[in-house]
Amino acid sequence: MKFGYYPGCSLSGTAKEFDLSLKEVIGVLNSNLEEINDWSCCGASSAHILSHLLAVALPARNILLAKKQGLNNVVAPCAACYNRLLTSQHELKLDEKIRIKTEELLEEKYTDGIEICNLIQLFEKIGTDNIKALVKTDLSGLKAACYYGCLLLRPSEITKFDDNEDPSSMERIVNAAGAKAVDWSFKTECCGASHSFPHVEIVEKLSKSILDNAIHHNADVIITACPMCHANLDMRQKNIIKHNAGQKSIPVLYLTQLLGIAFGIDFNKLGLNRHTIDPAPLIKEKIKRIQLREAVV
Amino acid sequence: MEQVTDIFLKRLIDITSQNPSQCYQCGKCSAGCPVRDFLETPPNRIVRFVQLGLYELALTSASIWLCAGCLTCTSRCPKNFDLAKFMDALRQIAVQDKIEPADKKVFKFHKAFMNQVKKHGRSYELGLIRDYKLSTGDFLQDIDAAPSAFMKGKISITPHNIKDKEKIKKIINKAAESDSP
Amino acid sequence: MRIGVFTCHCGENIGKTVDCPAVSKAVADIPGVVHSEDYKYMCSDPGQNLIKQAIKEKNLDAVVVGSCSPHMHEKTFRKACSSVGINPYMVEIANLREHCSWIHDDIPSATQKALDLLRFAIERVKFNEALTPIKVPVTKRALVIGGGISGIQASLDIANSGFEVILVEKEPSIGGHMSQLSETFPTLDCSQCILTPRMVEVYQHPKIKLMSYSEVENVEGFIGNFIVKIRKKARYVKDELCTGCGLCFQKCPIKKVALSEFDEGLTTRPAMYVPFPQAVPNIPVIDKSVCTYFKNGKCQMCKKVCGRDAIDFEQQDTFIEENIGAIIIATGYKLYTIDKKPEGSIYEGYGEYGYGKYRDVINGLQFERIASASGPTSGEILRPSDKTVPKKIVFIQCVGSRDESKGFSYCSKICCMYTAKHAMLYKHKVHGGEAYVFYMDIRAGGKMYEEFVRRAIEEDGVKYIRGRVSRIYEENGKLIVKGEDTIAGLKVEIDADMVVLATAMIAQQEAPKLAQMLGVPYDKHGFLQEVHPKLRPVETSSGGIFLAGACHSPRDIPESVAMASAAAAKALVLFGSDVLEREPVVARVNESTCAGCFYCKKVCAYNAIEVKEIKDRQGNVLKVVAYVNSGLCQGCGTCNATCPSKSVELIGFKDDQIYAQIHAFAEV
Repeated sequence: MKFGYYPGCSLSGTAKEFDLSLKEVIGVLNSNLEEINDWSCCGASSAHILSHLLAVALPARNILLAKKQGLNNVVAPCAACYNRLLTSQHELKLDEKIRIKTEELLEEKYTDGIEICNLIQLFEKIGTDNIKALVKTDLSGLKAACYYGCLLLRPSEITKFDDNEDPSSMERIVNAAGAKAVDWSFKTECCGASHSFPHVEIVEKLSKSILDNAIHHNADVIITACPMCHANLDMRQKNIIKHNAGQKSIPVLYLTQLLGIAFGIDFNKLGLNRHTIDPAPLIKEKIKRIQLREAVV
Repeated sequence: MEQVTDIFLKRLIDITSQNPSQCYQCGKCSAGCPVRDFLETPPNRIVRFVQLGLYELALTSASIWLCAGCLTCTSRCPKNFDLAKFMDALRQIAVQDKIEPADKKVFKFHKAFMNQVKKHGRSYELGLIRDYKLSTGDFLQDIDAAPSAFMKGKISITPHNIKDKEKIKKIINKAAESDSP
Repeated sequence: MRIGVFTCHCGENIGKTVDCPAVSKAVADIPGVVHSEDYKYMCSDPGQNLIKQAIKEKNLDAVVVGSCSPHMHEKTFRKACSSVGINPYMVEIANLREHCSWIHDDIPSATQKALDLLRFAIERVKFNEALTPIKVPVTKRALVIGGGISGIQASLDIANSGFEVILVEKEPSIGGHMSQLSETFPTLDCSQCILTPRMVEVYQHPKIKLMSYSEVENVEGFIGNFIVKIRKKARYVKDELCTGCGLCFQKCPIKKVALSEFDEGLTTRPAMYVPFPQAVPNIPVIDKSVCTYFKNGKCQMCKKVCGRDAIDFEQQDTFIEENIGAIIIATGYKLYTIDKKPEGSIYEGYGEYGYGKYRDVINGLQFERIASASGPTSGEILRPSDKTVPKKIVFIQCVGSRDESKGFSYCSKICCMYTAKHAMLYKHKVHGGEAYVFYMDIRAGGKMYEEFVRRAIEEDGVKYIRGRVSRIYEENGKLIVKGEDTIAGLKVEIDADMVVLATAMIAQQEAPKLAQMLGVPYDKHGFLQEVHPKLRPVETSSGGIFLAGACHSPRDIPESVAMASAAAAKALVLFGSDVLEREPVVARVNESTCAGCFYCKKVCAYNAIEVKEIKDRQGNVLKVVAYVNSGLCQGCGTCNATCPSKSVELIGFKDDQIYAQIHAFAEV
């Protein structure tokens, strides 16, 4: 299966391991990603905080680029990019005034017609059966808390994806990979988002609650599909531990990294060495390396 | 909808396509807001200020800047009022009207982010951190995280400039012109 | 035709703006008019006498009165004329007041207009025909659909007036939701204690035929003349033999499979069961879906122990046809779900409150069962999960009500009151327990209702917090309730032991289907529609069918009882005469020109058009035409407007009458 690929700024920077692990896993699954040529920033939170027009126009530029390249199915692994692209599409469809302004700004006509999907939807399209067939590592001892964050699911009128109060799509992928998804109460609670720099105390408080709840529900690892969430839960975890006596550590993996581990890919190729909380010791302890079957394509 | 003569309200409705009178102040948004403990004025009260015509109170509150944009309020509001968009609109209007943001750090962070996009077409993290710290004078935070992040290859030394970066610059500048009242 | 025209001054009402004498004089010249006079108050006795006099002296065939609106005095003038031999439908009213003098200032133009209005009426009346009101016989028996408090009240009122009532209830017992309640507001009366005597009265009443575990299958006919087909569902018990001894359901081995409907799923009931001990009738029912015998032919324990040989596994549903004159719909309500929405359902359910996942998050009726002395916990307030006493309980109002996103825009009216009641019951039973109520507004408009709620707050110490709850989740056996007090502007988080959601009152699922069967309109929520919201709240647009109780809209017990008695009164009005007289303004089909296309049947909102076969003497069908049932026809004229061959006309509003008015208008 071929997908258009919109990496977004984080996957080229602080979330490099997300990009690496995604590419490794896509390779194994015999699909391919074609990056949108000369894509630009979607504006993330900053655009919609400061300017309505930019918030719509910046994603629109990338949608038009994808269209020109003949990429009708685009995956945006970063949850924020995914949400901004969809929101822009939605507004351009319903609000004629903003569409006209956007077209003036971009100096080209806007037409729709591409489908934007998130990371989980990508794997749903590839199919859990195809994923199961490629699993080489026994992860049945690994208990995973699936953390969705805010922007994959909300608002449901725009994402039209899963149940925004009680989601289960990521759990299905995690279970297909052979790990055990646990039930917990903070699947969709906010990690603090872009307050990571200006108000790290907000992030520390919010992320701590998430980490605590996952630990309380006996998770070994938190799985995420958003680079912002990962940064807050992983990079900031060091200080959370420092500022809270008795705080246990819990590694945070990208969904693509979990799949990569399941497929038997080398940990460094998956970027596991880039994490602040090193997942390798725990993973090694939990998995049993059994060759289940040769990869069947 | 009744003819809106109030200019501020008109601008708000233009951006959000909804009338603040929709809100019946049930407080479900405030009850579920993740940053509630950091807010002096809860989100439902910001809407109340606007309903009462006390626009300045809303625009000068720190709450509109501390909003994390998590969309929990929007997804649970029983009146289908998009509060997140409403907060966006208040921030956008505050920027357009050059009202001093009550939380400068958040504002400067996002300005720094957009500056990077303007320069390179994409967000360049080192530049972002440098610009943000220069503008806030907050050098000590993350000083421990930075070296390890750098070593792990998370922060690239040089920015990646997209080919069409002049176009992006033009877009951002034109938008700023279009946005000014 | 010899027409008499009478112009009324109506004191100053018409006389001030219209020159009545001049109008009366001008009208005398119109061809066909043989008498014209004006008078100050035509509706008064002397005025009426003038008309009667003129009819006799001038041998009039038809009368036109220029006066106030026909809504006011058409009946008066028709009665006056018919008393001296003129058919009442040969009387036409020209509205010179509401349509002329009351809306214009300029005297010359108003006078001219009055003259024109009289002219139109005169030209029209030339095409009037003498008509007789339609007489329809009335079967003086009532059908009440639904055996809750509304149905029970309506049945007793009608039966006590001496008329027979058939009461149909779909559950095995009558009593409805009221029988599930513990205590009722604002008196805190024990619900079953006040209800069961009524239930027994219904059961024993010589004039009430109770058909429990039955449903209305089909309804045909019209006001005063309904034919109703009722399905009596098989209980697998011969009710004429059963004594209600209870051995069968005591011995039934399948005790833990089926959830008790009466206990709202909090407990199980046997496959053979009676919904509650005070059920009326006290005859059990076998739930085929879980009974061993019906699944694999084994067991038959009930049959073995029955001393009267009353168990009959071969029993079938039976159908009974009844002739009925009036129908009262009293099907009641159900509660909005707190569970996840089933596939294809319009109800969202509340994910943020757990989608029914947490056993200690319950709804109002479940709390009633817990608080009931006859309930699963014998009236002790205990958590469903571990049967411990909750020390902190949270009540949340407006769950599904006043909620455009996941529920309904309307207010369910009763929740503020029953939540206060629940909180009070809890405080009375759990000493030292803490009760919190999250509310948006308090709606306590009935008699002693406001005082009741204040009692909960001021005397029983229930803490009321103004604000909605965003989320409930379970942690360490406690339910974390995240709310906000909007008055203080403070976050409120409570680790509760139990949460009660006051869920919306919604229409029964089968209500739309029943409504369609009866030809009764219903709104988008499934609530049945009244004819006029202010002045005719218990009647429907289908003649002879009335509404009682929550099937119309959310309401409490006193309102339901009042509405039931009102509906009963309407039925009794119907039964007050042997024959029903209806205005003859109905449609009539010209069978020689009717092509049998039945477009009229498709557009008739009252199901008044039937198919009629025209046969020759040998019984061969020559053609099929439309036929208007004058009992059902409401004279709306839609068929008349639709018929492509102009074969349907509206008597009293025929095309030639209307064209005459239009032609007269064109001459202005």
